[in-house]
Amino acid sequence: MNSNNNEAYFEPVTGRYLHLQLMGQAHRIYVEEAGEGAPLLCLHTAGSDSRQYRALLNDPELLAKYRVIAFDLPRHGKSSPAAGWHKSEYKLTSRDYVDIVCAVTDALALEKPIVMGCSIGGRIVLNLALECPDRFGALIGLQSGAHVHPYYDLQWLHRPDVQGGETCAGIVSGLIGPGAPETDRWETLWHYMQGGPGVFKGDLYFYKIDGDLRQKVSQIDTSRCPLYLLTGEYDYSCTPEDSLELERLIPGSKLTLMEGIGHFPMSEDPVRFLSYLRPVLEQIQASRVARND
Amino acid sequence: MADPNIEQLAERVNADAWLVHRGRYLSVRFLLTIGIDQYVIEIHKGRIETIESGPFVMARWTFAMKGEREVWEKFSELHPVPRFHDLMALIRFKTLLLEGDQHPFMANLLYFKDVFAYLRPLEIEL
Repeated sequence: MNSNNNEAYFEPVTGRYLHLQLMGQAHRIYVEEAGEGAPLLCLHTAGSDSRQYRALLNDPELLAKYRVIAFDLPRHGKSSPAAGWHKSEYKLTSRDYVDIVCAVTDALALEKPIVMGCSIGGRIVLNLALECPDRFGALIGLQSGAHVHPYYDLQWLHRPDVQGGETCAGIVSGLIGPGAPETDRWETLWHYMQGGPGVFKGDLYFYKIDGDLRQKVSQIDTSRCPLYLLTGEYDYSCTPEDSLELERLIPGSKLTLMEGIGHFPMSEDPVRFLSYLRPVLEQIQASRVARND
Repeated sequence: MADPNIEQLAERVNADAWLVHRGRYLSVRFLLTIGIDQYVIEIHKGRIETIESGPFVMARWTFAMKGEREVWEKFSELHPVPRFHDLMALIRFKTLLLEGDQHPFMANLLYFKDVFAYLRPLEIEL
């Protein structure tokens, strides 16, 4: 993302606000994109936003082949919360999350996009694989598992006597691989520090309570939509063992374990992550050509 | 495995002016157990004032962090392996027990993570 000299420059990324109906309410959703070619729709982690994909949105090799798109979920990043948000506790559900991804796909008129999501995004691609696999060209789950047991008291993420942003960052800081570049590590944490009150906690309602797919994932039919999994070895939220179990339960899914990487591959160490992602995208491209897709 | 560098912890933390500044609203006594060894660490406005060694009779503390020596030795490696590289990872896998009033710990989580990182050898020492 750096220019070769100190001159000011613009990135190739374009950001726009998309107005659409979600969950029966008017929403204003921030969408970024760059590149041309097959659509690659990217989903951010819980409590963060589309800036996690900043490196992919600037990678010339990727942009030559793909239209890379990332959007902020409602309440995240530059997407507004819907009217009345201040009157109830935020809880993301599987139903709402699937509907949001499908509605954005429709609104952008994306034809058989590759959908790549991380963490909660890595979980929701499993829901997409179960519910509407024919809509997508391929699905990529980063840090994807069928379920995560709560391993700390979620109340610490949202209470008035604790600074929410710094605590959310503290919760996730160890999920980043120890060898991640300092700039990318702290940019990743900055996004967490900027999250709205209760947003990370509300996303985790889906991740840890509502979105348990252990009894369903074996029904995923990868012949209808290929499913690729990539998981970092330092992730203790979705562990490599969790993804290995997922691969075992879903015939035809393909898992790559990523050395040195944690829970936020595209944001914490983009260069290393791209070295794992590129071969997966090549496999997807080859299989789409073979299927005349 | 590396010995947790408890002897130099106060000196290292207190020499880190930015870390002390980040803990400026924190004053607390907590118990750290490394296997059978016990320490009560007193922090005042982000500085480690004292580290008392046990065994204690009727020690007073706000919260306790209890782990086996082997766990802290793995944590104290310069390049710890996955699951031993972070305090929350230890909590996740139940190799670190956090007991008592967690509020000061959770409200200053990034501060405590950086304090405990000083149990590790500094790169310059190698």
